[in-house]
Amino acid sequence: MLAEMTKESLPAIRKFGWRFVTDSEWDAVQGIFGALPYLYGSVVSSVLALLLATPLSIGAALFITEICPKRWGSIIAPLVELLAAIPSVIYGLWGVLVMAPWLQSTVEPFLIDHFGFLPFFQGAPYGVSMLAAVFILMIMVVPIITSITREVLLAVPLSQKEAAIALGATRWETIKVAILPYGKSGILGAAILGLGRAVGETMAVTMVIGNAPKISASLLSPAYTMPSVIANEFAETTSKLHASALMEIGLILLVVTLVINALARLLIWSVSQSAGGGVS
Amino acid sequence: MMRSVALRKAHNHLMTALMFAATAAVLIPLGLIFIHIMKMGFSSLSFDFFTQIPKPTGESGGGMANGMMGSFIMIGMASLIGLPVGIFGAIYLAEYGEGRTSTAIRFSADVLSGTPSIITGMVAYTLIVVPMKGFSALAGSVALAMIMIPIVLRTTEEQLKMVPGSLREASLALGVPLWRTSLKVTLRSALSGVMTGILLAIARVAGETAPLLFTALGNQFWGKSLSQPMAAIPLQIFNFAIAPYEDWHRLAWAGALVLVTVMFSLSLTARYFGRSRH
Repeated sequence: MLAEMTKESLPAIRKFGWRFVTDSEWDAVQGIFGALPYLYGSVVSSVLALLLATPLSIGAALFITEICPKRWGSIIAPLVELLAAIPSVIYGLWGVLVMAPWLQSTVEPFLIDHFGFLPFFQGAPYGVSMLAAVFILMIMVVPIITSITREVLLAVPLSQKEAAIALGATRWETIKVAILPYGKSGILGAAILGLGRAVGETMAVTMVIGNAPKISASLLSPAYTMPSVIANEFAETTSKLHASALMEIGLILLVVTLVINALARLLIWSVSQSAGGGVS
Repeated sequence: MMRSVALRKAHNHLMTALMFAATAAVLIPLGLIFIHIMKMGFSSLSFDFFTQIPKPTGESGGGMANGMMGSFIMIGMASLIGLPVGIFGAIYLAEYGEGRTSTAIRFSADVLSGTPSIITGMVAYTLIVVPMKGFSALAGSVALAMIMIPIVLRTTEEQLKMVPGSLREASLALGVPLWRTSLKVTLRSALSGVMTGILLAIARVAGETAPLLFTALGNQFWGKSLSQPMAAIPLQIFNFAIAPYEDWHRLAWAGALVLVTVMFSLSLTARYFGRSRH
């Protein structure tokens, strides 16, 4: 797979070299391809989404496993897992028809009025924007991170918790000193896995991000990501070079997700190994 | 350092409240999505939805019958390709698999299941659409099969490994050759678990859109053959949602409702199979 994609993207690699990832001009008619706006869009949208999603997910997972009554947990947990299985095109449908208009009419004017002095919140409220993409990605990765974190937390040996409780720790202190340190790398792995999902997410993002290959500090302006440009342009490429340039974007995307997933798997695996190694 | 008990208790309550708030923040948007699908979906769903193809813009009514047929055909084709490969691959890994080849297979299955589905679509495009010189339902099926294989492979392997060795040995002791033992004894006793994997894989590809974009492409009419572009429900939802027509939005919501219902019943059935094992 990797070889096939490298072969297909060779013409673009030869023609543009490193300029491919540093130039921001993308003009299919004149045959100029610089992928920087897409890289930028992917990185910003995924990282922001992850920053928002991770604390929420950890909080939710802790609540489900440690705090709420068992019966609630056994209802919420499968529900969250079921939600992780909703196809992304449906998130996109909701995003573009419900969330984007709401952002445009309510959230974005509010941000412009009150935080307009920051460069992140300048410009006109479009609705479809980087902000919308961040939100929709956050909503999508939260169930994934939550359910993996929950599994990691369940793997924490009971004796760890009991030791902390025996020392007179409150519930939060138990979580802080006994549970979180034990599950740390597993939770990190869960977050990275969520990042991998966010980076590769195509449909929902394509539908709400606005698809404009511009680099703008403002979160309110439309942007573009790597999977979105492939989704939008690959079926109707104008030249061999165009197709090849898109292939190269695909290749970059593939390599990035491979690295991310390998890292996440390694982290989660290391936790389950040490948990399987008995109580020590 | 020692802090007062009151402070520690207050801290505890604050963090508990925060965790509760986080859970609410997780569940509320998801609940909203669900409610919207229900509300918009049911009000847009009609008999026509299941029997008609989409009407041209400007006319009201119409349905997604061609998309449903397309999804059905492509998922069926993908299962025909993907399930045997996945299951036999898993038997190989579980029964014969030691050494470097199987590690390589396992690793690439894991990697394949982690790649974004749009990349799978690109690969199917270069492998099938380009040589065949046209978008086709066949290419879509292959792309879906490529997504199914790793899921089926890994879940089936896990299930086969849980079958106790004594069962295998009993069969082998009766003089049954290893390949028959694998098929008739091991696979059969792991069947409910394997079914779970299959259903989950089908549920997963039923909602896939990205790999179909430049393989099956989509079609406003009935797809006539496997070598031609074909419609699919997720593709239609995508195209109709980003189009500026109210009627099409309604169709998209109805499609979403149907898709979600199908997927949820698949995963619930999968859960049922998974549970009855214990």
